[in-house]
Amino acid sequence: MEFLSSLGISEPVVQFALINAILGLSIYLTLFTGMFSLANAGFMAIGAFTGVIITQRLGLPLPIGVAGGMLMAGVIALPIGLPVLRLRDIYLAIATIGFGEVVRILILNFDPLVSGLIGMDVEITGGALGIKRIPKLTETWHLIIFLILISYFITRLHRSRFGRAMAAIRQDEKAAANMGIDTVYVKNVVFILSAMIAGGAGAWSGHLTRIISPGDFGFDKAVDILAFAVLGGTSTWVGPIVGGFVLTALPEVLRFADQFRGVINGLILMLVIVYVPGGLVNPAGIRRIFERLRGRKSPSAVPPTSTEAGSKA
Amino acid sequence: MNVTQQIINAIWLGSVYSLFSLGYALVFSVLGVLNLAHSAIFMWGAFIGLVSVLYFGFPVWLSVPVAMIGAGLLAVLLERVAFAPLRARGAPRISQLISSIGASILLVSVAQLIFQQLFGAQMLARFPLGSIPTDPIEGLPFNVTPIQVIILVVALVLMVLLQLLISRTRLGQRMRAVAFNTRTASLLGINVGGIFVFTFFLAGALAGAAGVLFGLAYNALTPFIGEAIALKGLTVIVLGGLGNIQGALIGGFVVAGLEVFSIAAGGSNYRDAIVFSLLFLILLVRPQGLVGQKEGTRA
Repeated sequence: MEFLSSLGISEPVVQFALINAILGLSIYLTLFTGMFSLANAGFMAIGAFTGVIITQRLGLPLPIGVAGGMLMAGVIALPIGLPVLRLRDIYLAIATIGFGEVVRILILNFDPLVSGLIGMDVEITGGALGIKRIPKLTETWHLIIFLILISYFITRLHRSRFGRAMAAIRQDEKAAANMGIDTVYVKNVVFILSAMIAGGAGAWSGHLTRIISPGDFGFDKAVDILAFAVLGGTSTWVGPIVGGFVLTALPEVLRFADQFRGVINGLILMLVIVYVPGGLVNPAGIRRIFERLRGRKSPSAVPPTSTEAGSKA
Repeated sequence: MNVTQQIINAIWLGSVYSLFSLGYALVFSVLGVLNLAHSAIFMWGAFIGLVSVLYFGFPVWLSVPVAMIGAGLLAVLLERVAFAPLRARGAPRISQLISSIGASILLVSVAQLIFQQLFGAQMLARFPLGSIPTDPIEGLPFNVTPIQVIILVVALVLMVLLQLLISRTRLGQRMRAVAFNTRTASLLGINVGGIFVFTFFLAGALAGAAGVLFGLAYNALTPFIGEAIALKGLTVIVLGGLGNIQGALIGGFVVAGLEVFSIAAGGSNYRDAIVFSLLFLILLVRPQGLVGQKEGTRA
């Protein structure tokens, strides 16, 4: 712990790293199934606001807030996923960007909208300022346990029939459908799971930052989440966790001024996708490097990584 | 509600949207990739134009061509750094999309650093007051400033020139050939790499023009002016059918009209929600766009 703090990694940094790792896992699920969705920031917003409203406005305990946030994100993901997941590739990306913006704007205007509907003034989401003075209920060990639970769930999922179906869809959706896999079902369930994890991360982070506003969950956030998964690599579930940790800790460890953050983030995203397309954690890529070092010929069939294989060029 | 006034507003705003979206559509049409750094180029265009006036003493009218050339060159650099290596590897379109997001963040962040140095923590810059004619033209039944008219004219001229370039010149013919089928085009002896670079230059120049015109119209430049138009531009090209040049042209005016009229109807809080819901709806119901054609006939 002392070693970490000497690097500039304090407890809050660890907490945000954990939340970002959870967010990385949420987008990992959709990427692993070959769906390029940028909706996770929107689901995170839904989870954050639902969770905070449950604990702060209704006075219920945090676990119920998190569960409520996850549930709400999952419930909203169903009617969104059904039509949107018919789209592929760039079209899916654009549609989910649109979804994120609509969520942000709706939360922004939620109060006047509801006030108008029920005929009296209410304050629920607090407009552009958002919700302030949220009790700081999230503890580091909460997040560690949540991350472990999610990771365990994902490892189990990968070994299941359902998980194999996910991998099959990523490789070739048409072939998977021909094999008798119900691709619509699998894709929608994955989308909902991904939304629920993002919603959970939102609820945890709301009780950590103690202030949430719709602006925190815009397109920038969606890109951040994507960056965790891309940097870490999406061929294994470890990748997004590593990516979340590295991207959160890097600015602290390097101690560069906050204003260089965007420059570094942009550079990392670009350089990784151009030069390290498999991400940091990429067993296949590491194996290839080892084999090359030992002077063996690398296998001719290079197993594609998920971001690469997510869609056909 | 003064309908004539709203139509006027929609037309000149639409001309900026269309100009911006043409570049988006051009790149998508020829290369088949979505360049999300297009809005950063737009912002840089405005910035380059501003710097040429503030620090090099150029007359304001000259800032338009300067911004176009500057933004065009920046777009070429972008193509070389963020797209060409991925294309060489045969990476999927999504990788190129991610790379362009990275490039966009980088370009905006660098602009932020420069804005802070030049214009202070507010990061707000303006063309010198009085350099732009902002008093409404007298004797008309609606409010329109000379600069709005100039913007509309410049935008329309550029659009016509682009249309002529694409449909009437050898170069445009080659661009269409590459858009139709890259491999066949290269077999026929077309320098595909060169066409890609030229397409990016053209798209960048259009974004730069849109940026500097937008900057002149609102005269409040920040490193973030690209953000709003980035997503509007997406709606425009989806509306027109991805990669469809004429579609982007019409789409720009439709989106601007929608926006202007929803503000006038008292829904200024929801104008963006309306635009993005439209985006959503079009993708679900008519992904080929409103004036959609078959894939092969685009560009």
